[in-house]
Amino acid sequence: MAKKEIICAGFGGQGVLTAGMLLINAGMEQDKNVLFYPSYGSEMRGGTAKCTVKISDGLIASPISKQPDILFTMNTPAIDKFEERLKPGGLLLVNSSIVPEDRTYREDIKVVKVPATDIAAEVANPKGANLVMLGALAAHSDLFSVEYMETAIVSFFEKKGKGKFNEKNVACYRRGVEGK
Amino acid sequence: MRLVAPETVTFTQSGFCPGCGHGLAVRLIAEVMEEMELSEKLLAIVDVACGSLNIDSWRFDTIMAAHGRPIATAVGVKKVRPENPVMAYIGDGAAYSIGMAETMHTAIRNDNVVAIVINNSLYGMTGGQCAPTSLPGQITTSTPKGKDPKKAGMPFRVDQAFTGLDIAYLARGSMADAKGMMQSKKYIKKAFEKHMRGEGFCLVELLSPCPTNLNMTPVKSVERIKNEMIPFFPLGEFKDKKEEE
Amino acid sequence: MAKVLLKGNEALAEAALAAGCRFYSGYPITPQTEILEYLSWRMEEVGGEFIQAESELAGINMVLGAAAAGARALTTSSGPGFSLKQEGISYLVAADLPAVIVDVMRIGTGLGDIAQGQGDYWQLTRGGGHGDYHTLVLAPASVQENADMMAEAFDLAEKYRHPVLIASDAAIGQMIEAVEIPEFKEHDINKFDWTIKGCKKGTEQRKIQNVYYTHPDYEGYLTEKYRQMEQEQRYETVQVEDAELVLVAYGISSRVCRETVEIAREEGLKLGLIRPITLWPFPVKAFEEAKAARAFLTVEMNILGQMMDDVKLAVGSGYPVDHYGSIFEIPESDGIIAKAKEMLKKEGK
Repeated sequence: MAKKEIICAGFGGQGVLTAGMLLINAGMEQDKNVLFYPSYGSEMRGGTAKCTVKISDGLIASPISKQPDILFTMNTPAIDKFEERLKPGGLLLVNSSIVPEDRTYREDIKVVKVPATDIAAEVANPKGANLVMLGALAAHSDLFSVEYMETAIVSFFEKKGKGKFNEKNVACYRRGVEGK
Repeated sequence: MRLVAPETVTFTQSGFCPGCGHGLAVRLIAEVMEEMELSEKLLAIVDVACGSLNIDSWRFDTIMAAHGRPIATAVGVKKVRPENPVMAYIGDGAAYSIGMAETMHTAIRNDNVVAIVINNSLYGMTGGQCAPTSLPGQITTSTPKGKDPKKAGMPFRVDQAFTGLDIAYLARGSMADAKGMMQSKKYIKKAFEKHMRGEGFCLVELLSPCPTNLNMTPVKSVERIKNEMIPFFPLGEFKDKKEEE
Repeated sequence: MAKVLLKGNEALAEAALAAGCRFYSGYPITPQTEILEYLSWRMEEVGGEFIQAESELAGINMVLGAAAAGARALTTSSGPGFSLKQEGISYLVAADLPAVIVDVMRIGTGLGDIAQGQGDYWQLTRGGGHGDYHTLVLAPASVQENADMMAEAFDLAEKYRHPVLIASDAAIGQMIEAVEIPEFKEHDINKFDWTIKGCKKGTEQRKIQNVYYTHPDYEGYLTEKYRQMEQEQRYETVQVEDAELVLVAYGISSRVCRETVEIAREEGLKLGLIRPITLWPFPVKAFEEAKAARAFLTVEMNILGQMMDDVKLAVGSGYPVDHYGSIFEIPESDGIIAKAKEMLKKEGK
């Protein structure tokens, strides 16, 4: 991995921004250059959450991603808005719990569907849907190894003083790796 | 009254007009500082108008701030040097017109600074224009036919506007005669006492003569204070928040 | 110190504290508000004073008071709010007072828009307020530089007894990167004799006022002061020596241009980059390196290409100078390269 650009988007409250922070934290701990760019001001009003994440061995130029390598989406509007921008051959992560099954996608991209909201509910960790998606991201991309991403998630929450939730968080993450 | 001016009053380069009230106010403040042993501690902030000449009239460490902003500047000074007495010395135009927001919000926050407001009912430095404190019918260079309250409003009374705010002290004195001056000095002293106890915002307004811009003799201009200004601007203490309140 | 993840605005705020700043007064305006919010809780933790002022006017004049009293004082704003501070900046300059004022730039005139922009080059570098003056202006291009430039800004402000401006922008303010906050330094408010502290009997009274009133040779003093400040040129160059066309960009745009140079050279197009770090003084020295240049192109997030004036002064009349502007959006390399090719083609004729 020399350089990866990821757009994370979904409803506010789905943990989209936390997912972005988990990704750049994982990158920083591997001494990579990282950048996280949120929406701000009036752009962030209205219930949608979005951030751009860049992780690179080299210098990072713009905070904007015109053509992301990975789309981490948590709802339908996010796919509507960003699918077109995805790099040919790029990875689109879909939360199949709330995105209609009959939706069609671009032919030249890889689509991975994970019932993230359902899995999080099953694990009794409703706020962990983003971690399910991160599991899928780790399993289907060469961004970080599955094991490293898990360690990075655990240490992130420990640093925040939220280590007691890590058991359930890891459970969500691992279900995401399995994809079901 | 003593005949010797406090050591801190220098007047070496003072440029006040004959009969001006600023010199009187300077003397009162300097006497209070001497009596309270604060002469070596007072930090003063003056406006750019006539009051700015005080920077050369007294020997206190002094900032000459932007027009209307001395109270805000004083707040900045006090936060950095909380042990020192900090005073903004400004005119009515600065306090109640261009700097009204600063005066009002310092009062709302009850910041611990003293404001001495010299009310001469006009803009002095710029040659006698209408101020928020100008009286109805007052001829000024910007109301040549007399101030029309229908257009410019009635004289602004700080005692009516600020008493509802949670401030430490609000008083108005006159510098028209010896009695008024003794009373004014008491108000100034009380304001600094409260200030040194950390009680909050203290504003003392002083009715002051401006013979030059009123086209009057010094004597006539102090008579005007007694006969025309005091009916609009009553003297006294309007807010005196007790320490424990 | 280990790296942490911080927003540009937060890193700047924390670094100000590290640099010994213990007085802040500001007013909310996007996209700088995080600085105000951060310091609203953090300033107290380090024993400093935070005031949310009633306006930018009050804010800058509180800073003037704090600076005169000896504190390292900071205020921050963005475009429209920064305009309101200009009066106070002019007074700070006149009174020889050090302070740091940050403009997290946005786009446009009047209200403009909160979108990414570099709309304030003129207002930051031309003086901005009334009278004869310039201020040193530092332009960071990353979250780390946002942090590193705070101590430098305060040091320069004290060295010259002059306000120093930081020209940050919305993108740098809002983005999160890994950053190392510089070590905390203590600042002594009695470090300088000129700060007001109370006048002891028999000593000289301290007067903080327009130096014009007190200086025996005001004109000579100011001329010399600005001559010295003009030596503080800071810049970076990227492959300028053999570049046919030199890009000139600062802040977030300069980061894009660094990548643009790389991409262009892969295609065989010899571009270079001059990145002013001080916007005033403008780094004219950097242009001496541009020996092969046939044209210069500024890349700025505004419409009129505000920096072109300074580039034209630096290179003289013999070279075409143009502007690649991108408003609301951060510029992109393909657009810049297309514009550069177009300019060189015209020159080839």
